[in-house]
Amino acid sequence: MDARPDRRQFLRVAAGAAAGSVLLTVVPARAVPAATLEAIRQVTGSAPVQPGKVSLTLPPLSENGNSVPLEIRVDSPMTEAAHVKSIHVFTEKNPQPNVVDVHLGPRAGRAVVATRIRLADSQTVTAIAALSDGTFWSASVGVVVTIAACAEEL
Amino acid sequence: MAKGMLNVPARAARGAVIEIKSMILHPMETGYRRTQLGAAIPRDIIRRVVCTYNGTEVFRADLHPAIAANPYLVFPTVATESGTIAITWTGDNGFSVTESAAIAVE
Repeated sequence: MDARPDRRQFLRVAAGAAAGSVLLTVVPARAVPAATLEAIRQVTGSAPVQPGKVSLTLPPLSENGNSVPLEIRVDSPMTEAAHVKSIHVFTEKNPQPNVVDVHLGPRAGRAVVATRIRLADSQTVTAIAALSDGTFWSASVGVVVTIAACAEEL
Repeated sequence: MAKGMLNVPARAARGAVIEIKSMILHPMETGYRRTQLGAAIPRDIIRRVVCTYNGTEVFRADLHPAIAANPYLVFPTVATESGTIAITWTGDNGFSVTESAAIAVE
């Protein structure tokens, strides 16, 4: 009898091996760098951060990472009893994860802030809002950057 | 030389939410760049922007090197009374600039 595997058997084994290796190399869809996690922990402590309430607006594609418009809105009545205390923005691939920390209160009337930021690479930007009731809410947006900031020499 | 710009509506209804626009000419040198000879360029950024309304702080932002050059910030505040809205930018190398604008609330 011929001990060599036939073509059909070979394909079956090869397909199985391929599927196995795919399963083994699957990584989390978004592995957040340790530096970013640490920066977020500095703000939130051990409190959980829930997705929602925050809307983060950034252009999905940015030609120039040196100046990317960013707007953050938080769904809050902004009263003495329930308001946004602070908003923090973090990046994952900039040399430093912190971008801006904004402190506001009921005197703001609305929780909306706009600025322009630098992005060193295509990456995910995260905004976290700290509310007066002690909860933290977040939103993340992926941005593609064609010309990175911080790359040029003088 | 550094010049701050502050845009506040000249008049507003009492209790209305107004938008304050601010910008200042500043390179926001990150401290991560190098010259072609490899020498590190020291950091020179604005670290803090504080907005006061008749002397009471209503908004504060701590900036990091990831803020673009000529930091631009737009934020709201409630027009509570007539008076002065002022913004102070402070940062590295003793940088400090204050701009103010008058608002009439009726």
